[in-house]
Amino acid sequence: MKHYGLVDGTEGSLLNFLKGLPGVDQVGTEARAAMLATRSIKTSSKKFAIDLAISMVDLTTLEGADTPGKVQALASKAVRPDPTDPTVPSVGAICVYNDMVSIARKHLDLVGGAHVPVAAVSTAFPSGRASMAVKIQDTTDAINAGAGEIDMVIDRGAFLSGRYIEVFDEITQIRALCGDRAHLKVILETGELVTYDNVRKASFLAMLAGADFIKTSTGKVAPAATAPVVLVMLEAVRDFYQMTNHRIGVKPAGGIRNTKDAIKQLVLVNETAGPEWLTPSLFRIGASALLNDLLMQRMKMRDGYYASPTYVTID
Amino acid sequence: MTEFEYAPALESRSIVTIKPQYGHFINGAFTQGSNHFPSINPSDEEILSHIALGNAQDIDAAVDAARVAYESTWSKMSGKERGKYLYRIARILQERAREFAVLETLDNGKPIRESRDVDVPLAAAHFFYHAGWADKLDYAGFGESPRAHGVAGQIIPWNFPILMLAWKIAPALAAGNTVVLKPAETTSLTALLFAEVCQQAELPAGVVNIVTGDGSTGAGLVDHPGTDKIAFTGSTDVGKAIARAIAPTHKKATLELGGKAANIVFADAAIDEAVEGIVNGIFFNQGHVCCAGSRLLLQEDVAEEILAKLKVRMAKIRVGNPLDKNTDLGAINSSEQLQKIRDLSQTGDEEGAERWSPDCILPGNGFWFPPTIFTGVTQAHRIAREEIFGPVLSVLTFRTPQEAIDKANNTPYGLSAGVWSEKGSRILWAAQQLKAGVIWANTFNKFDPASPFGGYKESGWGREGGRHGLTAYLKEAESNNE
Repeated sequence: MKHYGLVDGTEGSLLNFLKGLPGVDQVGTEARAAMLATRSIKTSSKKFAIDLAISMVDLTTLEGADTPGKVQALASKAVRPDPTDPTVPSVGAICVYNDMVSIARKHLDLVGGAHVPVAAVSTAFPSGRASMAVKIQDTTDAINAGAGEIDMVIDRGAFLSGRYIEVFDEITQIRALCGDRAHLKVILETGELVTYDNVRKASFLAMLAGADFIKTSTGKVAPAATAPVVLVMLEAVRDFYQMTNHRIGVKPAGGIRNTKDAIKQLVLVNETAGPEWLTPSLFRIGASALLNDLLMQRMKMRDGYYASPTYVTID
Repeated sequence: MTEFEYAPALESRSIVTIKPQYGHFINGAFTQGSNHFPSINPSDEEILSHIALGNAQDIDAAVDAARVAYESTWSKMSGKERGKYLYRIARILQERAREFAVLETLDNGKPIRESRDVDVPLAAAHFFYHAGWADKLDYAGFGESPRAHGVAGQIIPWNFPILMLAWKIAPALAAGNTVVLKPAETTSLTALLFAEVCQQAELPAGVVNIVTGDGSTGAGLVDHPGTDKIAFTGSTDVGKAIARAIAPTHKKATLELGGKAANIVFADAAIDEAVEGIVNGIFFNQGHVCCAGSRLLLQEDVAEEILAKLKVRMAKIRVGNPLDKNTDLGAINSSEQLQKIRDLSQTGDEEGAERWSPDCILPGNGFWFPPTIFTGVTQAHRIAREEIFGPVLSVLTFRTPQEAIDKANNTPYGLSAGVWSEKGSRILWAAQQLKAGVIWANTFNKFDPASPFGGYKESGWGREGGRHGLTAYLKEAESNNE
């Protein structure tokens, strides 16, 4: 059923739905997130969490200076994060700019990483400020080049000025382009939406419009994936599942740099959306530096001591 | 491991040293004590130590020591000097915070997360706060040179042992009184560790005296002609007995008694945070909280949605070893209390309310009760009227804001209440209507030393904390303040 039968695609029905969402109390949300951050994850559960987190990393490079060589190195690392230990899982995906998709795809296939998808940032990432024609072309290029996942940004200007239907229509159109060929992740850029009420509203808007994943941030704006923001988004996917029987994924991105932070994210997932979400098909962590810290901590757990950073590859 | 289960994360107990036997702390030194009785860890029934049962001679000695210290030292000392001791105690409490937290959890059964993050930091905060008052009493609107009462007899409960000690001792000392404190019989260990802190702080002998024991010891302290002021936190029945006992005397009293707080959730509340607040309101400290939000009043049009969410949330509550850093709900403090919770819950069943608890495996030894809600409860149910003092929530519904207020106030108690709404005007209106000493809006169970705490009606007399709380420890200030 179109839009899960919850809205009919008109502005009126969308506004009614978004207005009916309960508010988010800032103090309470932050207190809950802070309480969950006190969970102490040790020994066997830490080991489990580290491997799970590795399998959820969207290994990312989104720089003006990206080159084929840089992207190929990233692809190799994505497939075998620790070349000395084959028990380390591959990461969830690699995340690159549109023009790097075909290079990444080819190299992944070459090095035995056919199972690792390429995610392309799209729709005039990171600002989202371009005509719809440009956004459509951007996305089409990425899909044709082999992107299995599209990380699109929403038009925050439209959202903040209340033109929700414009945001909704953009997502709907990109969703249609993706079809069965690519998963759609919708970046809300929560650092620019600012309030938790907006985060909840944007989450539902994106899910109704057809997102497979809702993603916090581009990584270009701070604050990014703070624990309370992720908490609100996890509550949204949990509630959306209650309404529709569909599980939508969540991807925090930006600011998650070490193992401790990653494990805190997994605790948030476990105790909010529930253990069903603890899989790379429903939870990803967008990051670049995080992977090496996870590998270092994994070695520490295996060997009992911290190895020199020279034992992990820089890219 | 194929699931994300949390491996045990136990706080080490090696930081605490528990002696096999304790006497009383009188005039700056520990006595032998007599008629020792065991003090157990309620989570596994291990005997932790043996505590002395205070008798008339012990109380005499303690009150005499407090009197002498008052006359010779404490009443002659400047406020500034008294404040220095209080600051010193506060700092030592912070330095030894982990020791206090672990001991509190062992003795009381509360989760280490709560003793570590709530009880002990708040206890230290009470000493810091009142240390600041000690040299400012002349300028606080209590009249010129307000005087202390003299010797304060203080009796505290088992639900927040070190925190209630701080609530009692800090303002008493700041105002210039000396004290004889009797901890609850099941939870004396942190009070005895606090006695060591008094020694470490070189507090003059006799300013703080601690006599352990049971109800008879407490009654002896209340009846002793040498106490000028009684401060009690505990049950309404005992509070009434104390009020009767001191009626023909010169003694002043503050009483912090029971409660059956309404936690009112309006349809326009922030639902997820309200659910968190409901959980915090009733399951914090196993529901052993006089101001617990034990009556949940839900507006009917959102009742089903909230109950569904509440059940999902309750299934996440981690019940188990209180020393595990991931435990949310610890042990019931004693077998007597467990029996009381079971009995009252059974009347809930018998009166036709519907009981629900999440699946959870309770430890074999010790005293345990699962997080529980009763739905379909009305004002006529005993579980809507009597204080259960356990992790048991009675759920009622209402149709209009006025009905919520009427139901909330339809109780002989009036200690606290909660209001959940995103609408500011509704919160202010409700707060005006509710007859309760503390009203929380969009939160619950928040405490601060600067905020006065106390009840209406049968929930007690007087206030503790803040400037209001100080008045109870100063002569004439009470009348000046009214």
